[in-house]
Amino acid sequence: MTKVLISTDAMSLALGSRRICALLAEEAFRRGLALDIVMIGSRGLFWLEPLVEVETSSGRVAYGPLKPSDVGGLFEAGFLEGKDHPLRLGLLKDQPYLARQTRLTFARCGIVDPLSIEDYRTYGGYVGLERALGSQPQEVVDEVKLSGLRGRGGAGFPTGIKWDTVLHAEADQKYIVCNADEGDSGTFADRMLMEGDPFTLIEGMTIAGLAVGATKGFIYIRSEYPHAYHTMSKAIEVASNAGYLGSSVMGSVRAFTLETRLGAGAYICGEETSLLESLEGKRGMVRAKPPLPALKGLFGRPTVVNNVLSLATVPWILANGGQAYADFGMGRSRGTLPIQLAGNVRRGGLIELAFGTTLRDIIEDFGGGTATGRPVKAVQIGGPLGAYFPASMLDIPLDYEALAAAKGMLGHGGIVVFDDSVDLSRQARFAFEFCAAESCGKCTPCRVGAVRGVEVMDRIIAGIEPQKNFDVLEDLCTLMTDASLCAMGGLTPLPVMSALTHFPEDFDKSPRVAAAAE
Amino acid sequence: MSVAILAAEFLTRMAQNLQPDQPSASEQYLGEDMTTYIQWNNDRAREIIAAHALFDGAALPILHALQFEFGFIHEEAIPLIADALNLSRAEVHGIVTFYHDFRRDPAGRHVLKLCRAEACQSMNGTGVAQDLLATLGISWGETTPDGSLTVEGVYCLGLCACAPSALYDGEPIGRLTLDTLADVVREARAP
Repeated sequence: MTKVLISTDAMSLALGSRRICALLAEEAFRRGLALDIVMIGSRGLFWLEPLVEVETSSGRVAYGPLKPSDVGGLFEAGFLEGKDHPLRLGLLKDQPYLARQTRLTFARCGIVDPLSIEDYRTYGGYVGLERALGSQPQEVVDEVKLSGLRGRGGAGFPTGIKWDTVLHAEADQKYIVCNADEGDSGTFADRMLMEGDPFTLIEGMTIAGLAVGATKGFIYIRSEYPHAYHTMSKAIEVASNAGYLGSSVMGSVRAFTLETRLGAGAYICGEETSLLESLEGKRGMVRAKPPLPALKGLFGRPTVVNNVLSLATVPWILANGGQAYADFGMGRSRGTLPIQLAGNVRRGGLIELAFGTTLRDIIEDFGGGTATGRPVKAVQIGGPLGAYFPASMLDIPLDYEALAAAKGMLGHGGIVVFDDSVDLSRQARFAFEFCAAESCGKCTPCRVGAVRGVEVMDRIIAGIEPQKNFDVLEDLCTLMTDASLCAMGGLTPLPVMSALTHFPEDFDKSPRVAAAAE
Repeated sequence: MSVAILAAEFLTRMAQNLQPDQPSASEQYLGEDMTTYIQWNNDRAREIIAAHALFDGAALPILHALQFEFGFIHEEAIPLIADALNLSRAEVHGIVTFYHDFRRDPAGRHVLKLCRAEACQSMNGTGVAQDLLATLGISWGETTPDGSLTVEGVYCLGLCACAPSALYDGEPIGRLTLDTLADVVREARAP
């Protein structure tokens, strides 16, 4: 029976893959053809979606992007034998966009059936866990340290060091918490991985549990990701039934159980201490640090809080060795970074590459410029708290330190492209507006500063006493940076000040106001 | 396996993915449709609260389950939750009001969650959203006078490579235009 694979990743669904799926089934039924339709995750080439792949003797032949009206023609052309058609793409792995990538964390995403343990094992799954089960906890932690893996959530803290702290903390109960509250605009890698290869995250969390002596884990998923929540919850059920989770992990004497939890639309819960409060069933108010969550985290117990991608990379590190991972990358940024290219770009998608690729390479070569065909004016890197850079600065390499040196941040690796229709003073205002809407309210610089920021920006945009208001703006940004309790208030000045620094012309509203006043 | 069974099975499986008869905990959240909500009643609320009260950090799972059943968090739910979790009413009120997801009033028959974040802004999401709200004569978070559609703003749906985007009753829609949104409104208003 011919196997046809189609992505039901939320982004593929947004582009119409469910309708294509139904039409394929109907058309096959009408023609009396036997089809095995498998719903998988996406490879992340979203400008080609919705696409279908047909399993043939020479590999999986892809066709896309498909409109509902293309389905009949595909059958006529003999796509089930991989025959020619105007939308035939050949093998996806030969697409330059994919061929140029180094897929370690995303090696299986878009290839395997997300809920099939057999598929997962066929493609190298659970090799890392087997190794961890045969090792001492300290050996596992040391392997992660050797890999140089740094937290992919944004802060870039070395994962192995965090684990080491939890390993050596004394407690009756420790926890592994996965931060899947991926709220940054322009990022979707966590979502794709949870929908396309959930067992990788489960395996990574299980290894973390064995390494630090935690028997229970939680995955805190934002409610804006209903599909990821659904797939992840199902995958935990499948893994538990197959003996990969529970009181005896893979027949060993070690126990590890996992539960999913749903967020409730609060961006701040992506901040680790706020996330822990939320998991405990409270308002997501940020906690002061210290104590570090590694020592006093969930329910006051030592807790590893890691991002989805950090945890999902661990199985590869254990299976292939920490050194093999560290061999990729540049400087102190080791391994690969799953970059998410989004916004106003022709070829948006997931691009996993070793650290060090330039922004220009990503936006021009991979992205093919803007979707609107107009010139690139600005790119925002690292979500709503990340800096805006002008087109003249695209030669910055993607690396934690290089971006910090350019007064930006890598964050979760999301890149949003804007064409020349964007007004950066509006974006600066939005940064404050967003902070005002999402601040937890615990500290004054963030709670009040964000509101004052919107007011100041409104005056600047209206051209009222510009110099005086620029002084207030700068003073406010310094205060928020220095005195906020967490990164929400502390980094909101980053998009604001970068917009002002690199696009001063957008903030100069005097001519327009002068004209209006006449 | 015969073809007929296979295709039929496939279609059912797909349909179930969206609207299961007996939703499991995770399936509950896939898709939101006011027509499936039931009228508020204390007894049913108590059952739901009891079923989730033993979860670690039970407040959010309880609130999600209540909203899934009734479409919003009724004022009378607050003392019930407070009792079950040994919290004060003020604490429960604090939790409910902290999170954007929890509604204090019923939504319309259909819910459109429109993304307002940067990636969607870069593709004129702001303009499209403003036009839609102006056409409907409502603001963010409000419901059309005929009760058919609630439009809520959200910050990022993770659909940023096909911006602007939205979730309509839980179903993702990308590359939104005024035309696609007009279709959504028409569908929402269909009897």
